[in-house]
Amino acid sequence: MSARTVITGIGVATPNGLGVDGFWAATRVGKNAIGRVTHFDPTPYPSQLAGEISDFVAEDLLPSRLLPQTDRMTRLALVAADCAFKDAGIQPGDIPEFDMGVVTASTAGGFEFGQNELKKLWSQGSEYVSAYQSFAWFYAVNSGQISIRNGMRGPSGVVVSDHAGGLDAIAQARRQIRKGSKLIFSGGFDATDLHLGLGRSDRRGRLSTSSDPDRAYLPFDAAADGYVPGEGGALITLEDEQTARERGAQNIYGEIAGYGSTFDPKPGTGREPGLRRAIEVALADAGVEADQVDVVFADAAGTPQLDREEADASSAVFGPSGVPVTAPKTMTGRLYSGAAPVYVVSAVLAIREGLIPPTTNVELSPEYAIDLVTGQPRPAPVRTALVLARSYGGFNSAVVVRAAD
Amino acid sequence: MSEQEFTIEALKQILLESAGADENIDLDGDILDTDFEALGYESLALLETGGRIEREYGISLDDDIFTDHRTPRALVAAVNACIKDTVTA
Repeated sequence: MSARTVITGIGVATPNGLGVDGFWAATRVGKNAIGRVTHFDPTPYPSQLAGEISDFVAEDLLPSRLLPQTDRMTRLALVAADCAFKDAGIQPGDIPEFDMGVVTASTAGGFEFGQNELKKLWSQGSEYVSAYQSFAWFYAVNSGQISIRNGMRGPSGVVVSDHAGGLDAIAQARRQIRKGSKLIFSGGFDATDLHLGLGRSDRRGRLSTSSDPDRAYLPFDAAADGYVPGEGGALITLEDEQTARERGAQNIYGEIAGYGSTFDPKPGTGREPGLRRAIEVALADAGVEADQVDVVFADAAGTPQLDREEADASSAVFGPSGVPVTAPKTMTGRLYSGAAPVYVVSAVLAIREGLIPPTTNVELSPEYAIDLVTGQPRPAPVRTALVLARSYGGFNSAVVVRAAD
Repeated sequence: MSEQEFTIEALKQILLESAGADENIDLDGDILDTDFEALGYESLALLETGGRIEREYGISLDDDIFTDHRTPRALVAAVNACIKDTVTA
């Protein structure tokens, strides 16, 4: 039997809350954070809603040396890393530098930074492009900046597989813990709801064009018509359970107990999508039977076909309405590679409180045979949670989070 | 074009804008003869700084300007020499 990998620290920043306490206080009661975009004028775009983080002032939280060289999502990630260290009760120097690593996920990299520099390139000339463009836009930049700031020189990297990447990164981090690293930071941050972000996603036709924040992102609802994008994410510190207990870790939130990852078959083949198999692989990896799962955190794509696939996969594994399902991301919009790490955080906090946070705004369509937790949070003992994430391009990932006691 | 002078104050301003300042360094202290590296500026920060000086003063600096001039005092002198050459050329 392999050693257990546990979550010992959390840094989280979402449109409805910063830090573990702020995030959970908002999430457990279903606080909506979707609104009309304020970072820029969204009037020219068909989609004008997003989940934005409004109370984050990087200048107050990061040294001035880092500001000219960082995109917004990197600043969020750096501050979340500081919070996670503190939450884990570890100072960066406590652990040898080659025993600590960073594995994050990214969907769009430093999109806003890159966009601004490209604008300078075309409007003013190449000599106006920041030297920091060389790395600030890059997918791996969060892992790199966290590593440099905290002296973490062990196994590190980035996974670029959209929403599923948030779980793929955590799985990779678990591998590194099993290979002997003492501490791995994992998770993801994205902040893509920008001019080009909206424009680009629009072309894929999955963004909601509703202007009503309460009726825009409605997964599993008969009125589902796309999703709302959001910004933010979470970072968690992962450690070997024995190592964490020996050092007297103040928080052992839960265990990353199982992981499964699959690709969808080629479109048009009529074969079953890969999500069910990802769930089954994750359950088998965790040594968990379907009836031991207490809650499923749904990917909740918000388009009828994808919702149908997810409901079918859930019914196939757990039976019709066989397990509580929730999608708290209806409060914030979809956070790309940040979404699944935020779900992992929600899962361990649901375990800790014995409360399933609600899916907001949604009225469950009778078409779907799932037990969706809507409207109000549901008190329930939670020991084992399943987190799902699906991506553009056919990626499916599943992680089983289990109580650590 | 009239000849501008590049001052230490201008350099400090450009450093702050292009790279910020290390938390343990006071740029208003006696930094004239301190190596840029000791002031907390790595090569990329200096590349960005050089680019901004070029744009603001309409000059072209040698690629190895920061290798040959490692302190604020030496850099200010080199940039002023370059401005003079550019104006008189």
